[in-house]
Amino acid sequence: MTIAKGLRIARVLLSSQYAYMLEYRAEIALWALSGVVPFLMLALWSQVDAGAAGPQALGLNRLQLSRYFLSAFIVRQFTIAWVVWAFEEDALQGRLSHALLQPLHPLWRYLSAHLAEQATRLPFVAVLVGLFFLLQPDTVWLPSLGQALTALLAIWMAFAINFLLQSAIAILCFWSERASALERLLYIPYLFLSGLVAPLEVFPPAVRAFALWTPFPYMIAFPAQLLSGNPLTISGGFVAMAGWIALLLPLVGLLWRAGVRRYSAMGA
Amino acid sequence: MPIVCAERLSKTYRVAQKQPGLGGTLRHFFWRQSRAVEAVRELSFSIEPGEMVGFLGANGAGKTTTLKMLSGLIHPTGGSLLVAGHRPQRRQASFLRSITLVMGQKQQLIWDLPPMESFRVNAAVYGLDDTEAKRRINALAEMLELGEELTRPVRKLSLGERMKAELLAALLHRPSLLFLDEPTLGLDVNAQARVRTFLADYNRRHGATVLLTSHYMADITALCPRVLLIHQGGLFYDGSLEALTQRLSPCRLVRLELKTPVPAQALAAYGQVEAIDGREVRLLIERDQLTGSVARLLGDLEVLDLEVADPPIEDLIGQLFQQGVVQ
Repeated sequence: MTIAKGLRIARVLLSSQYAYMLEYRAEIALWALSGVVPFLMLALWSQVDAGAAGPQALGLNRLQLSRYFLSAFIVRQFTIAWVVWAFEEDALQGRLSHALLQPLHPLWRYLSAHLAEQATRLPFVAVLVGLFFLLQPDTVWLPSLGQALTALLAIWMAFAINFLLQSAIAILCFWSERASALERLLYIPYLFLSGLVAPLEVFPPAVRAFALWTPFPYMIAFPAQLLSGNPLTISGGFVAMAGWIALLLPLVGLLWRAGVRRYSAMGA
Repeated sequence: MPIVCAERLSKTYRVAQKQPGLGGTLRHFFWRQSRAVEAVRELSFSIEPGEMVGFLGANGAGKTTTLKMLSGLIHPTGGSLLVAGHRPQRRQASFLRSITLVMGQKQQLIWDLPPMESFRVNAAVYGLDDTEAKRRINALAEMLELGEELTRPVRKLSLGERMKAELLAALLHRPSLLFLDEPTLGLDVNAQARVRTFLADYNRRHGATVLLTSHYMADITALCPRVLLIHQGGLFYDGSLEALTQRLSPCRLVRLELKTPVPAQALAAYGQVEAIDGREVRLLIERDQLTGSVARLLGDLEVLDLEVADPPIEDLIGQLFQQGVVQ
């Protein structure tokens, strides 16, 4: 496939998926609203902070904490993956068959659907961020261009890790019809080790050290710290993210090749 | 050289077994049992380029499973298969560009968007530039008698319009090999006829090979000079529909309209009485005795109308599947 042809496919897939997502804009607005866990956690930790332990209990001052959770919200909005549910339904209903019969890997369709959904989410996220700034004007900050670009790259890589991890689980549909149950198993470590409910600094050093060997902190905490401008080692984070992508990409390829042999085109 | 060549093709599935009731559910939870189901059993046949072949069989006979193997969707568990010079299960891009699979009960069109959006995606995936895609869409839309429907959301289309749009999406890349699984399922008589005309036209224009399954015998009789009949996963018959009819029924059906009713005992002298409805009679008469019996009927009785036909192929195949044997 030439680059020009690949770009054309990407453009057409994205535009048609965007048109599809706009048909469901109300649902996507609700999904965006449902992702306010970081705001709830901010309210909770602010109460803890206000207690005896003082604002430094989390290793961050109040302003840093607010910006961290706002950044975590933004990162979460643009790294959400739902490929496992979409793929599972398509496999069980036989809709995957049509995608398998075209000379384009089916995962590209799911990827374009995710990107189109992110584009649809963008205005809703902007409104929620605007509201946050309106309610807490002291938290307003503007990252430098360099900071914004590195954060953007980190968000994109975090999405890639999440998408690949979910794709690997989704492919298990070829063996187990309910692969999404496995995804739910991953949700608990994701929730706690990603930095969604608390910055990693809250956890004991041993747990933190363990977390850094998993992909979860790179899905939320690392890009959120980058975006909020909190101090961290940038190069180490990017190396770890690249490592996880390099590990997951061939794993997805291997699982796909083995799994597709077992496809029985159910319901079709 | 055949475009499809299947030799001793087999497919076996593992199917979970569960007894009804709470006991069965608990046993199923702790000691899951499954059994092997032979969906396709040592099936051998070949198809030449440009042929239109009907694939007949009862529900569960293995037709759809065979089509899925031919299109590369599922892997055979035995035998060998060569389609358009490729092993289908490898799903190479050049192979996928040469085939299409249309499933009457499954759609590829994006449900909430107009069919045009799905066509744009397919055109890009198959590497058609905008001009060529537009040209082909217009040509196919004309053949299928589709117009403003193409800019209406798919969910707002009637079943017939949707099926025609599905066909357009499936044929946009101009495949040379069409696997059609119940393409007229649920359509009204007019829509069925239009789809049939379109398929015959497509076959003539592009020399495409068509393998078609349908529960509507009219599809098969109108389109397929050759049929493959499978039963319980195995090939029972390969040849013309006419020869199959002769093979399955040594008799021809004679419909009579008499001036006055005649008792069944009197009619039995001419052939096997299949039905009597007042003055209308249906007799089954053996082919080699047909001329003599009809001459006697016309001489002995006051006949207002007479028609000779083969018994409906649906009935013959239905009987065949009930008996479970074919000679």
